[in-house]
Formats: sequence, structure tokens, C-alpha cells
Amino acid sequence: MKIRLDHVVKTFDTFRAVRDVSLDIESGELVALLGPSGSGKTTILRMVAGLEYADGGHIYFGDHDATGIPVRDRGVGFVFQHYALFPHMTVAENIAFGMKVSKVKREKTAIAARVVDLLRLVRLEGLGNRFPAQISGGQRQRVALARALSVDPKVLLLDEPFGALDANVRHDLRRWLREIHRELGITTIFVTHDQEEALDLADRVVILKDGQIVQQGTPEEVCRNPQSAFVMKFLGDANMLQAQVRDGRAYASGAAIEVGGMADGKAELYARPADLDWSAHGPGIAASIDRILDRPDSRRVLATTENGEHLEFDVEPERPVRANERGFVTLRRARVFAV
Amino acid sequence: MGGMARGKRPPRVGDGPLVRRLLIGLVLILGAFLVLAPLLIIGVEAFSRGWAVFRDTIAHPDTQHAILLTVFTAMIAVPVNTAFGVAAAWSITKFDFWGKRFLLVVIEIPFSVSPIVAGVAYLFVYGLQGLFGPLLDDWGIKILFAVPGIILASMFVTAPFVARELIPLMQAQGRDLEEAATSLGASGWRTFFSVTLPNIKWALLYGVVLCNARVMGEFGAVSVVSGNIRGQTNTLPLHIELLYHDYQAAGAFASASILALIALFTIIAKVALERQGAGRVRRPALVTQPAEKAS
Amino acid sequence: MRRNVLPGLRLSLGVTLLYVGLIVVLPLAALVFKAASLGPEDYWRIVSSSRALASYRVTVLCALGATLFNLFFGLGLAWVLTRYRFPGWRLVDAMVDLPFALPTAVAGIALTALFTTNGWFGSVLADLGIKVAYTPLGIMIAMCFTSLPFIVRTVQPVLEDLDPALEEAAQSLGGSDWTIFRTIILPLLTPAILAGLSLSFARSLGEFGAIIFIAGNQPMSTEITALLVFIRLEEYDYQAAAAISSVLLFTAFLMLALTNWMQSRALRYTVRN
Repeated sequence: MKIRLDHVVKTFDTFRAVRDVSLDIESGELVALLGPSGSGKTTILRMVAGLEYADGGHIYFGDHDATGIPVRDRGVGFVFQHYALFPHMTVAENIAFGMKVSKVKREKTAIAARVVDLLRLVRLEGLGNRFPAQISGGQRQRVALARALSVDPKVLLLDEPFGALDANVRHDLRRWLREIHRELGITTIFVTHDQEEALDLADRVVILKDGQIVQQGTPEEVCRNPQSAFVMKFLGDANMLQAQVRDGRAYASGAAIEVGGMADGKAELYARPADLDWSAHGPGIAASIDRILDRPDSRRVLATTENGEHLEFDVEPERPVRANERGFVTLRRARVFAV
Repeated sequence: MGGMARGKRPPRVGDGPLVRRLLIGLVLILGAFLVLAPLLIIGVEAFSRGWAVFRDTIAHPDTQHAILLTVFTAMIAVPVNTAFGVAAAWSITKFDFWGKRFLLVVIEIPFSVSPIVAGVAYLFVYGLQGLFGPLLDDWGIKILFAVPGIILASMFVTAPFVARELIPLMQAQGRDLEEAATSLGASGWRTFFSVTLPNIKWALLYGVVLCNARVMGEFGAVSVVSGNIRGQTNTLPLHIELLYHDYQAAGAFASASILALIALFTIIAKVALERQGAGRVRRPALVTQPAEKAS
Repeated sequence: MRRNVLPGLRLSLGVTLLYVGLIVVLPLAALVFKAASLGPEDYWRIVSSSRALASYRVTVLCALGATLFNLFFGLGLAWVLTRYRFPGWRLVDAMVDLPFALPTAVAGIALTALFTTNGWFGSVLADLGIKVAYTPLGIMIAMCFTSLPFIVRTVQPVLEDLDPALEEAAQSLGGSDWTIFRTIILPLLTPAILAGLSLSFARSLGEFGAIIFIAGNQPMSTEITALLVFIRLEEYDYQAAAAISSVLLFTAFLMLALTNWMQSRALRYTVRN
């Protein structure tokens, strides 16, 4: 099912949660809505589900205007942040609920068989008789997914699906969700504030800030070509240096970089820790090392430039750098944004 | 189609206009019949024989005495009860000891016991047929059919009032603050007054207000132990019964209007205290919560 | 158990045990002792006399009727007060506590005045051929009044705390309002409802002040058990008073135990493993 958001607006009291968002999601696509809290990502997801109504604009499912259709008729599967499993029902009863209340009458045996299938799909065979309080967080998450899938939804919506889980459980579930998506091919939108999760899992990442889309594209596109300082910072660690653009070049603390086509004036230069390097001799940005943080696969160097700007970068594990050492930071690559 | 829902929240369960109106209407009508009407009729009946009868009833020495006795009873029973409630909450929430759950159940017993049973029970402790009655009689001490009996019976029926407000709240607050204060060298009393009390003051006051209302209004238990001696051991509720059965309905309602006024003040105080957060952490009384045990 | 550094255990527990012992346990023990001293035959004769049996019957039946009424009315009130906002809802919310705050004797004479044949409601009902005051119906109404807040106040906080996502989940799975209420909301309210029901029932069984004015107090028909105890006392028949009181007391204990049992059964699913 193809989904289209057309100039969607949502205001809570006086807070403008979503401002004029337009977005096309292709059938079978796996899309991440990524943004900090308050960016409107969950509100968008809830409007797609019909759990909130838009104040303005339209939401289309295929060619159908679904803007005013209530959630129970919209045919979406929704996985809630804290799963919202019915605590007084067993795992199997939770999964069967949607089929039992459906307007399409099904045989009891057919429902039971489908529950078994879904339990197998989410790899929870044999746990059907447990209550939600009796299983782990990761298992609850999978029950919630099975329950959402039980009604054969046209769209699968997940609100911070891994937010409440431990880091290692999260990692496994991510891969597993990707597999399920490949198997079922269902249009899927999930919300997250974790950029790594979005980049690992999604076909396309939609980055939101203050209720507006600031950039969207494949993980590769947004990573390689961030179009604003916000996206640059949000997607990962970044060093910032004050810079001055003159004649197509940006100058910052002794370093210079080509910025074809940018107007002259003040700018900010951003570089990832891996994009900086350290050398004993110039050219480069004169700096001294404050501290070294040793990690299994690299050494993170914390340094201060002569202008008093703080920089962080990584060097190979065998590099013999020391605290208080003086030298030069070189730029491998960087992005410059006008202020 | 999309335009219909503009700006509205999607309907929650029971938000249909028909269901909503029907339920609100039904509840308001029943509420008016069952709760509002009794309150109104007290005012109407109190003045049914005119202002003079109302004034005379209130000014009558027997009524005055009943008011005084009611206030006096509350002035003793409520503070004692409060002290007990605080002590019980402190011991139960700040310490672990054997039989704690049983103690909790025992404290709640007066809630489920008929006030008449409470009165009768006191009869068999301090009455002439009771455990200490003959002994007390020899010493010339009169507890039953006198003011001390009224106070004791009032304390029985209100025993859980303060404790049950404090216990869930102090349980939820844990022991960290007190332990921190003690580790900094504060004495027990100092810890209680400067750390615990500020956190429980509204709940404490809430319990006191409810306790006071019950003490002033208690009828069953007090009517057994008071002896109903006009002008001597009649509290206000007993006085109302006396007047009512004397076919002085207007007088009875005039006296009742004082208690109704106290009830209204109690409710106002209750709402005000609830705005301060009191009465929130309370869960159904007498309830064991396996959910809590499990976590 | 970890070592506790807080002071005041001896003092606070001492005060607590002394108070509970003297004020609550001693009188009840004395009552049980008195009833037990009767001997099984006399005890049985008193508590199973036809007048006593009739009083149990009217008390229990009226309490059941009142509790059933309050189940629906209380649930409705709790629902309306948590889910809907309308002009004056705060006032309605506050007035729910009136039956707790209003002394029972005051409630008793007020209800009687309303429901006597020349009262506001009694006159209308009399025209319809319904007599309330001085009949079991009157007892039931008094019980309804005094136990009204129990179900409202036990259900209300649970309803307020109910996670909206549960309803949303059920809606997204296609459940109709009524289905969601029946299969999700009601089961989750059940422990609170049971608690409210048993509190309400226990209160009705023991109620005295509000009832005696409206009941008529005719032996064998409109005499509640608490009143029978009172009458035995006035007749100086202390043994009978003790015996019948003990029946009320044991019923109260039974209700307590039953409440706890029902609660833990209703909450089984929250227990891990």
C-alpha cells in the first residue's frame, strides 16, 4: 500500500507539533521517521494510524483519502512504544484478539491455526499460554508485532519499537525485524530517535525537526550528503570550527577547504572524528592534546586548538600519541554550512 | 470525508454523542435524587417552622450541650487518633517486622465492623457485664454511659482513618530520605519533623479532616455506649434522634443542618487537600496487591 | 532483610500495638469471649431464632439489592467522572463523598422525610402505589445512599490510570466500543470493582443510623440485624446481644477474607511466572 501525506498540519493547544509535512511512501518500503523528542515524528505516525486527526492536509492510502477514517477501519497494524499488550490475556489471546473482534467471521480453529503461525513467525512457539507479565521485554515486543500482523494490515506502524529494550536485545531484534519485513513485504513506518537504528534498518530515513522534514533519503544519501548542520550533528559525533568563506574556500584556524559555490561570509565547518588526523608537523590546525581515551579499536584524542576550540578525533590503536603533546590537526574531509 | 474530523480527537471508547449524553444524564438525575435531594430537604425542613423555631432549637441548652460534647469528643479523639496513625505509619513503612501484614489487616478491621457491634463490644469491656466493669464500678470510675465511653467508641470507629492515608503514601516515598537524614546525624524526632512531615502534611491533614467528620457524625457505636442522657451524654447525632422521636422534626432538622454544614465544609476541605495532592496514592482499603509483591 | 538504621521502631510500634490492642482488639475479644461463654446450644438457639433469621434475611437481601444498584450506578458515575467533562463535573465529583461526610443519622432523617407518603418523592411514589418508607425498599435506599461512594472511589483511580494505549491497540485491531469495554476495560477494572462491591456490601450489612429512621423496624419484616442487637440491649438481654453481634462480626471477617481472596484471584495474571 502506497501512503501519501499531503501538507499535513497538527497543533496541540498552542504547540505546533507537525507543520506542513508532505511525504510519499512507496508500497513495501521500510521508512524510518528520525528526530529528537518534540520533532513531531510520533504525531505523524499516529496520524497515519488514525489515532490522531490532522488539523490540515490529507493522508492518502493508495488513492483513497484516509484523513478522517477512524483507526478501527483504517487497516493498520500498530506496535505501541510500551507494547500495550492486554495484561489479563495470554500471549495467544492477545494475538487472537484482532481476529475475534473482526467483522469478518472466522472459525475458531482457523483463528487458533493462525495464532500458531504467527507465534512461529515471531519465534515464540510454546509461549502462547503465558501472560505478558511472565515474558521478557524482547518477547513482549514480538508478541506486539504478531498481534499487529494478525489482522493482515495494509501498513505496519511501529512507535519506538526498540526503545524500551537492552542494547544487545535491540541489536538482534533489529536484524530480525528486517527479515520479517523482507518476508512479508508490507509497507512499514517506524519512529525512532536513535540514528543508528534508523540507518541500520530503513530503506529510507526521514529526518524531522520542529515538526518539519529537514532531509530525507536512503541511509547512504543522508550520511554522505547531510544538507544542514542539524542533520550533520544529529547523525553522529561532529566537530565544529568557526570558519570564514572567501573566494570559494573556507578557512578555519589555519586549515582551508574547497567549498565551490558558497557565498563569502561566516560559516561553520563540521568534521567527523574519523575525518581528522594528527601529525607532528604542519600544515594544519595547531593544537595540543588534552587527553586520550583508549578504546578497543581506536584511540580517541581530545585536543584544544590555539583558538581555544575543542576537537575530538580518532587515531589508529598503535599511534604513540600522548597527553600534552603539541602538533597539528589535519582535515581529511569536512562540510561547511553558512551561518 | 476528511473534513469531518478536522481538529477533533479521534473518539475514545464511549465518546459517541448518544452514549455520552445518556450516561451523563442518567448519572446526574440519579445523583440529584439520591444525593442532592437529601441535602436540600435538610435545609428546607430545618426552616419549615420558621426562623424562630430554628433559632430556639439551636439556642436550647440541650442542643448547646450536645454541640459542646460533640466538639469536646472530637478534640480528644482526633488528636489521639492522629498520633496513633502517625506511629502506625512510621513503624509499618519504615521497618520490616514479623506480622506486619497482619497488623495492617487489624488496623483496617473497624472499617468493616458494624458500629453497633463496636458499641456492644465496648459494653463487654467496661460495662457491668464486662471484663473490667465490676472493678471500675468498685473504684467509682464511670466509663460507659458517660463521656469516656463516647470518646473510646469514637476512637474505635475512626482508628484506621489517619493511618490508611499515610501508609500508602509513606510506602511509596520509601526510606531513602530518612536514612539520608539519619546518616547526616539528625535525631529521630528531627528527622521526622524536618524530613518526613513536610512530605506527608497534606495527606495527614486529609486523614484528620475525614477522621473529624466521622467522629462528629458517629451514631451507632455512640448510641450504644452513651446512655442517651439528655443534656449530659448526648452528642449532636444522638440529640437529633431524640428530637425526631419526640416529634420535633423541625428541631431535629435544625440540629441536623449544623452537621450537614460540617459535612459540606469537610467536602470543601477534602477537595482543597486533593488539589495539594492528598488522597491520591490511596488504593482500595483492605486490598493486598500481588502486583506489588511480584515486582 | 537489610539492617535498618532508622530510629523509633520501639516507640512507634509500641504506641501502635498499645492502641490497636486497647481500642480495637480488646473490645472485639471481649465480645467474642462473651458470646463464647454462652455455650454452643444457647448460642445456636439465639442466633437461629426466627426473629434473628428474619433480620439476617432482610439485612442481606437489602444489602445485596443496594450493592447491585451501586454496582451499576457507581460504575456509571466513575465512568462519567473520568471520561467526560461537562459543566459542573467538579461539583458532582465532590458531592460523591457526601454520603461519607454526612452523619448517618442526618442522612436517615433526610431520606425518611423524602420518602414518607407526604414527602417529595414518597407522595409521587405513593400515587404509583409504591411505598418506600417503613418497607424493605426504604432500607435498601438508605443502604444505597451510605455505600454509594465505595464503588465510585475504588474504580475511579483505576479507570484514570488505565493506559490509553490499551484502548488504542484494541481499536487498531478493529474492536468496537462495546467489545473493547467488555473484553478490555471491564476485566481490568474487575479487581477494583470487586473491592468496591465487598466494601459496599460490608458497609450495608453493618449500617444502622441511616436505616433505623426509614425502616419501620417491624420484627420479622423490616428489622435489620444491627437494630435487633440494639433492641436486645435495651431489653437488658446482653447474652443475646453478644451472640447476634458476634454473627455480624464474623460476617465482617468473612467479607474481609473474601475480598482479599477475590482480589488475588482477579490479579493472578500480574504475578510473574
